[in-house]
Amino acid sequence: MKLRKVTAASAAALVLALTATACGGDDSKDDTGSSSSSGGSGGKIKVGIKYDQPGLGLKKPDGSFAGFDVDVATYVAKQLGYKPDQIEFVETKSADRENALARGDVKFIAATYSINDERKQKVDFAGPYLLAHQDLLIKSDSDISKATDLNGKKLCSVTGSTSAQNVQKSIAPKANLKEYSSYSECIAGLQSGAVDAVTTDDSILAGFASQDQYKGKFKLAGLKLSNENYGVGVKKGDSATVDKINKALEQMVSDGSWQKAVDANLGPADYKNEPAPKIGVIVPNAS
Amino acid sequence: MFDFLDGYDVLGAFWMTVKLTALSAVGSLVWGTLLAAMRVSPVPLMRGFGTVYVNVVRNIPLTVIILFSSLGLADVFGVTMGSDDFKVQGFRLAVLSLIGYTAAFVCEAIRSGINTVPLGQAEAARAIGLSFSQTLTLIVLPQAFRSVIGPLANVLIALTKNTTVAAAIGVAEAAYLMKTMIENEAQTLLIGAVFAFGFVVLTLPTGLILGWLSKRLAVKR
Repeated sequence: MKLRKVTAASAAALVLALTATACGGDDSKDDTGSSSSSGGSGGKIKVGIKYDQPGLGLKKPDGSFAGFDVDVATYVAKQLGYKPDQIEFVETKSADRENALARGDVKFIAATYSINDERKQKVDFAGPYLLAHQDLLIKSDSDISKATDLNGKKLCSVTGSTSAQNVQKSIAPKANLKEYSSYSECIAGLQSGAVDAVTTDDSILAGFASQDQYKGKFKLAGLKLSNENYGVGVKKGDSATVDKINKALEQMVSDGSWQKAVDANLGPADYKNEPAPKIGVIVPNAS
Repeated sequence: MFDFLDGYDVLGAFWMTVKLTALSAVGSLVWGTLLAAMRVSPVPLMRGFGTVYVNVVRNIPLTVIILFSSLGLADVFGVTMGSDDFKVQGFRLAVLSLIGYTAAFVCEAIRSGINTVPLGQAEAARAIGLSFSQTLTLIVLPQAFRSVIGPLANVLIALTKNTTVAAAIGVAEAAYLMKTMIENEAQTLLIGAVFAFGFVVLTLPTGLILGWLSKRLAVKR
């Protein structure tokens, strides 16, 4: 009696499991079907960028997008066979980038995505396409000129960011570090005098300082406190796309559109960019 | 599988969460009780203040309150909370904001408790010559508290989780460490699960113990 109940129960469980997997199979078939139809040159391509970084990836109030990452993404997508109106930009926040690629939400990501070993285990990188450095944004009349000047000074960065961790660990452990959830709040603090300097990648800082309301008020200290190799994130294992993007990036540099994009987006803040990095060459950090 | 936890002070971060919760809980219990007393007091001015405070504060998102305390109070008006160190300053501002916010909910919980005390109790207290404050502190509030332990437990659990908002102004509690780890490790789901588990460990016993207490202490009528 008991045995029969157990058999019946396990049979029921088996049937349920089978139907469940059957459904799963159907779903995945649907998924691949729709994605292959949208993957062709007639469909759309989804590209991950940031929406909140002026100069790099910014969604403007009228719904259009601007910035260096956007220009790179547009150029790469063009080389992959998509016209600008076939590109659909999707916001990929820092914490969600690996998952967005793994799920297939986006084809590739160009969003100040620094190549590092932990991330390389989860995603593949094309590029790098820009070498940025951690730097300080200070008021135009500020006298901070080297990293050790920061000890005892008031400094602002974003909660949990690599830049904030670098400051606490090595650059200036004695600096009084304030952390907010976005750089705009730090920049507001810099303007009001609540903090003496804002720190993160020089490209991001240059983008903020290039905004109309801040022009001429701030300058970059030019300290090169770290090396950040921005890469284009691609789903792990998709080496065909990586190769295509690498080719596109090389062409972007050689035909001059790379330099034009840097000057247009980051130039106004007196940003001295590094020469375009060679594909596959990653500049390691000193430490 | 969990080797990504190496090198991070997870327990220290949760200890910061506990400190934020405990200090804010005590503070908001005191301030919330005072607010409740104001809301039932016979003085119209105090009743008005209590009503306006509760209705304004509980309708402002906590993120806005905490950000204002740092961007507004500290950066613009120069309220330093007795320390120039941003870490200490952030912690004190966060506790202040959490107290101000949570007290509104504590007040309403206690006021609902006061409403469960039969009117006859207060009338009898007045009849034997007790003043308003004596009636409230000796007769009404002790009975009210015993009937609202359950609702107060809900407020306490919500407060524990609300402390994560303090990460927005750089207080090094659990959510702050979670952001740091996600930035470094590219392990979003596992890290999220670890911290979710941590909060369940903090809040589940709180709920169970206070739920048991509220059953034991409820005034049977």
